[in-house]
Amino acid sequence: MVPRRGQGHHHFMSHRNFIWICLLPLVVVTAAFFLLPMAQLLAVGAGGSRGVSAYLAIITEPRYRATLINTVVLAAATTIATLVIATIAGLFLQRHRFPGRAVLIAMLTFPLAFPGVVVGFLIILLAGRQGLIGAITAAVTGEKVVFAYSIFGLFLGYLYFSIPRVILTVMAAVQKLDIGLEEAARSLGASPWAVQRDVVLPALGPAFVASGAIAFATAMGAFGTAFTLATNIDVLPMLIYTEFTLAANFAISAALSIGLGVIAWAILALARSMSGGAVAAAG
Amino acid sequence: MRDRLIFAGQLGFTLLVAAFLVVPVVLSISAGVTVNYFRGIQSGVTLQWVVQVWNLYAGEIGLSFLIAFATLAVTLIVGVPAAYGLHVKGGRLSRVIEEIITLPLAIPGLAIALALLLTYGGFGGFRQSWLFILTGHVVFTMPFMVRSVMAVFASVDIKTLDEGAASLGASPWTRFCNVIVPNAMPGILAGSLMVVTLSLGEFNLTWMLHTPLTKTLPVGLADSYASMRLEVASAYTLIFFIMIVPLLVAMQMFAEKGEKK
Repeated sequence: MVPRRGQGHHHFMSHRNFIWICLLPLVVVTAAFFLLPMAQLLAVGAGGSRGVSAYLAIITEPRYRATLINTVVLAAATTIATLVIATIAGLFLQRHRFPGRAVLIAMLTFPLAFPGVVVGFLIILLAGRQGLIGAITAAVTGEKVVFAYSIFGLFLGYLYFSIPRVILTVMAAVQKLDIGLEEAARSLGASPWAVQRDVVLPALGPAFVASGAIAFATAMGAFGTAFTLATNIDVLPMLIYTEFTLAANFAISAALSIGLGVIAWAILALARSMSGGAVAAAG
Repeated sequence: MRDRLIFAGQLGFTLLVAAFLVVPVVLSISAGVTVNYFRGIQSGVTLQWVVQVWNLYAGEIGLSFLIAFATLAVTLIVGVPAAYGLHVKGGRLSRVIEEIITLPLAIPGLAIALALLLTYGGFGGFRQSWLFILTGHVVFTMPFMVRSVMAVFASVDIKTLDEGAASLGASPWTRFCNVIVPNAMPGILAGSLMVVTLSLGEFNLTWMLHTPLTKTLPVGLADSYASMRLEVASAYTLIFFIMIVPLLVAMQMFAEKGEKK
């Protein structure tokens, strides 16, 4: 028998050891550049003049609390609006075949990974001082409507980057629906509206929870869009940024960002336990 | 008749949503090639702004590609073996590791950037170099690579293939190169596309980690939005679109191919 090359090697390195060698680089990189920094962040948050109570400041300090409420309300509004829009469009696109459908789907999903800064700029082009909406309203009513730099502009920006992701999830979920259930309901005399309400929407529940949680968590932590639109908008990521860079208030900015991270993580973890799927934010 | 009305209503709504997403992009592209956006497209079409952006920001664009490909290299070298290890090992420890490396998807980039700054900000040489940004991008994109590869392992019976090769006497390393990696290729490619796309567009982390000498494409974008005339900012956005949209389209095609399987 011809001896195989590598057999000696095999002798020295067992399968078990090889698995550990495979995992080692990841463990080292994660420990050095994620776990250790996060621990440091946690320590810095508690190391300021307020001590550990810095972690409560996000709720006890009126200014921070107002910003937190602002951020949560904005993220919730974004989530609800995105879910409604994506469900209507997603159901329609998955249930009908017509010329141009593929192009329409491409148009609705291509901004999937646009960075927040770019989305902010697109909102400025739409509703800013030199924006399209301003030009149209000025021509029609004589009064220029500009809202890009307000909370509504930020809402529109969040909507912009949430819609593609949620539409994709909704469409995938609709595709997996059992069309037989709907036909059964219809043959039993249910109206089209009742079929949607009692059969289709409940079946899409897990997809709503999963994609809604992603939209919410992403909106909570979105920084680029608020940064580009940057005027008088009080949201948590902007507050953390100004506390860190302008006020050099390291402890508070660390504590606030831990708070933000815990909220985003908790929402996703909750959604995952409810929907049973993999849920993660991005962007 | 009624069905027709419902169809028309839904189509109209969907078109409106598509317009909301597409119109600003069209505005941005047209502004980037217009002589004077305020006076409109009749003022003439020009590439002067694109050329100006290239002269001003070629360094930023180059650095972004350097970081994107370095991020890809690290996530490949670290992430692909780890995905294999996690899949084969299984058990609670693997789940915990997977959970931890997925955390950066839930935690806002701003928080991770602050954590890195507060930990390594004092190491001047490291802090000043592009490697500092690289660490942030690696932490942020690693879960995409690992999970994308693990998804393939879950669908092809990698354990049987692996054991088959082992029973023929192949060493773990040979098996990894000749059996595991070729079988994981669809996941590796999908993960790679994702990593490069995300790294090229990453702003939240990068804005905090960059220095005046280590600016990336999106950092330059934010710069131009704040300080340049609208035409220049638009031309820069146009260049970004030209780079990112083919990657997004490729990613989409990959996802569809995966669904059909």
